[in-house]
Amino acid sequence: MAGQSAGSGGRNDDNAMRFSLSDPTFRAIFWQVVVVGIVGFCGWWLISNTLTNLATRGFTTGWAFLSREAGFAIGETMIEYGPQDTYGRAVLVGILNTLRVAVIGIVLATILGTLIGIGRLSKNVLVAGVCSTYVEFIRNLPLLVQLFFWWAMFQDSLPGPRQAIEALPGVFLSNRGVKIPVPADHWIHAWMGVAFLAAIVASYFMARWARVRQAATGEQFPVLLATIGLLAGGPLVVWLIGGAPVTMDWPVLRGFNFQGGLTMTPEFAALLVGLVTYTAGFIAEIVRAGILAVPNGQTEAASALGLRRGPMLQLVILPQALRVIIPPMTSQFLNLTKNSSLAVAIGYPDLVSIVNTTLNQTGQAIEGIAMIMAAYLTVSLSISVLMNWYNKRIAFKER
Amino acid sequence: MKTKALLFASAFVAVAASLPAMAQQTATSPTLDAIKARGFLQCGANGNVAGFGLPNAQGVWAGLDVDVCRAVAAAIFGDATKVRYTALTAQQRFTALQSGEVDLLVRNTTWTLSRDTSLGLEFTGVNFYDGQGFMVKKSLNVKSAKELNGATICVQPGTTTELNLADYFRANNIRFTPVVIEREEENVAAYLAGRCDAYTTDISGLASVRASRTPVPADHVILPEVISKEPLGPSVRHGDARWGDIVRWVHYAMLEAEESGITSANVDSLMTSTNPNTQRVLGVTGGMGAMLGLDNKWAYNIIKQVGNYAESFERNITPLGIERGVNNLWTKGGLMYSPPIR
Repeated sequence: MAGQSAGSGGRNDDNAMRFSLSDPTFRAIFWQVVVVGIVGFCGWWLISNTLTNLATRGFTTGWAFLSREAGFAIGETMIEYGPQDTYGRAVLVGILNTLRVAVIGIVLATILGTLIGIGRLSKNVLVAGVCSTYVEFIRNLPLLVQLFFWWAMFQDSLPGPRQAIEALPGVFLSNRGVKIPVPADHWIHAWMGVAFLAAIVASYFMARWARVRQAATGEQFPVLLATIGLLAGGPLVVWLIGGAPVTMDWPVLRGFNFQGGLTMTPEFAALLVGLVTYTAGFIAEIVRAGILAVPNGQTEAASALGLRRGPMLQLVILPQALRVIIPPMTSQFLNLTKNSSLAVAIGYPDLVSIVNTTLNQTGQAIEGIAMIMAAYLTVSLSISVLMNWYNKRIAFKER
Repeated sequence: MKTKALLFASAFVAVAASLPAMAQQTATSPTLDAIKARGFLQCGANGNVAGFGLPNAQGVWAGLDVDVCRAVAAAIFGDATKVRYTALTAQQRFTALQSGEVDLLVRNTTWTLSRDTSLGLEFTGVNFYDGQGFMVKKSLNVKSAKELNGATICVQPGTTTELNLADYFRANNIRFTPVVIEREEENVAAYLAGRCDAYTTDISGLASVRASRTPVPADHVILPEVISKEPLGPSVRHGDARWGDIVRWVHYAMLEAEESGITSANVDSLMTSTNPNTQRVLGVTGGMGAMLGLDNKWAYNIIKQVGNYAESFERNITPLGIERGVNNLWTKGGLMYSPPIR
């Protein structure tokens, strides 16, 4: 500080800060204090004004409503929920519904986007053309319009439940959604889950062992095949030990609609398809850019070393492409998660939809919006942290 | 330099001191003063329900609720056209009123205890007594709402309808799946496309949808069960009681006019009437308008430009095929009753 002010004036070499705006140090501090003051005052004013107005208009505030009975029903829930449950539980249902569409959406959009991105680079004119058209078409239409399109497609083009199309034995397509048979509840399913988790742990240690062995002896071990074998075989063995129960829960038309089986509602389907196709358009471009960013010399050098096509992609091309792909991919994942709030327009009970209903029934808009913001922030920041960690892991390591 | 900093600081303090003062309210009706200064009434209405609130192809709004807005404007300005409408969804309506975006909410809104208290609203009366019902396709061959076990039902979110629906099925121990879509058009579209087996809202709303939105109205039946009481009425914000008074008495003036036989056709000739009640209503004597903070010819303007309640009802609701029923005057066996204007 003293060093800065010393240079400003000839006489001002006594290291003292003058209380004048012509003194750079004082000026810097002064303006910072003013800016912080204005921001702090605006924040204080907004909050105190809101609280005063809420009080004068006799609004209820606070979080007590979360433990009151909600009284409304929700169309699709991942956990047990009924109108007699609390608003808090209703909001939890909303968060889970949002997470469901976001997680499945991110996985599918990544797969579809990668395929299309690679397709656009194909030497086959037809494939490249179709993929380019897809990207240009999808990216340039508003998402809400696309959601309405898919929603109308599912709703208007499929017949009612009594005329449902049986696509496969037990799989019914109707405007009430897709119905598929699932294995009926059985205690062995829980143990199959445990076996699957155990298989994941085993695969991890197997991969480590294989790496160490290859480094020591040069012998390769078919890690991929063995992993698949473990993941599929473990639960299968448990299932056989459990007596191999084959009872299925078939969807049956009873009364107005199908009972039993697993349902994918038209609202969920429309939202998922809309989000996946839309986001895939952007991911495709990111993947294409990432692959193009790896210089051709890398491929040539890899083949000069005698690497086959698979290892070449896995060991040389992909690690370099991923460094370009991951950061923009993170924002696409975040976009997909946030865009899922458009669900409210087509009737999928996501977080925003349920909180909207809640705040309309209770009148506690500020608390409701705060909950929406907190939930999206938590989800988005978690995705960011995860992706940043992955990005660091695959980043170019200079030795 | 010091003076500059001082100037800045004092300006800062002055702004800080004036802001809370701006947020304070005066003792008279600030809402009425604001409306007069603005030159028009900002009315929150339903933009989708024929008979209650719906703009026509020329953008002219019409409906029973819209007539309340027009009557309030006629009472304030002597001109029923000085209204601007904000079309609100069920979910937007209360926030719009609370935040001051609209002066008055007349959007087929049910008067309930929790809305009256925790939402900070003040309901000024009931301009339509309604009840919730179900509409189904005739081809489903459903005769009673109790046969709807397992049905998928389209309903608008954030309504009393949504809560009554859940209550009714719980009380009768039957199950249903809700499909909840915010905008009414999409809701009705989902019902018409067969996404839902039944559509539920107030009976008046069902009649309106059946008359104006279905390709063949006779293909749809409204089930006989009325599962709730839905007193629909105008509401204003808490905290401006004088503004609430105006809206309340505008509605009563329309009822009183019907009861006294004053219509838009005969109101001019009745100005010379010797009936003391008619004289008071029309502002010839009594100074009732001044007590409300309005012109003494407030009720005359309402009746002349909008009509009495019966005229408004026959213009808007009768075409939907809905009888007066409980919405008749108390003298004719209904619930419509105006306290005396005196």
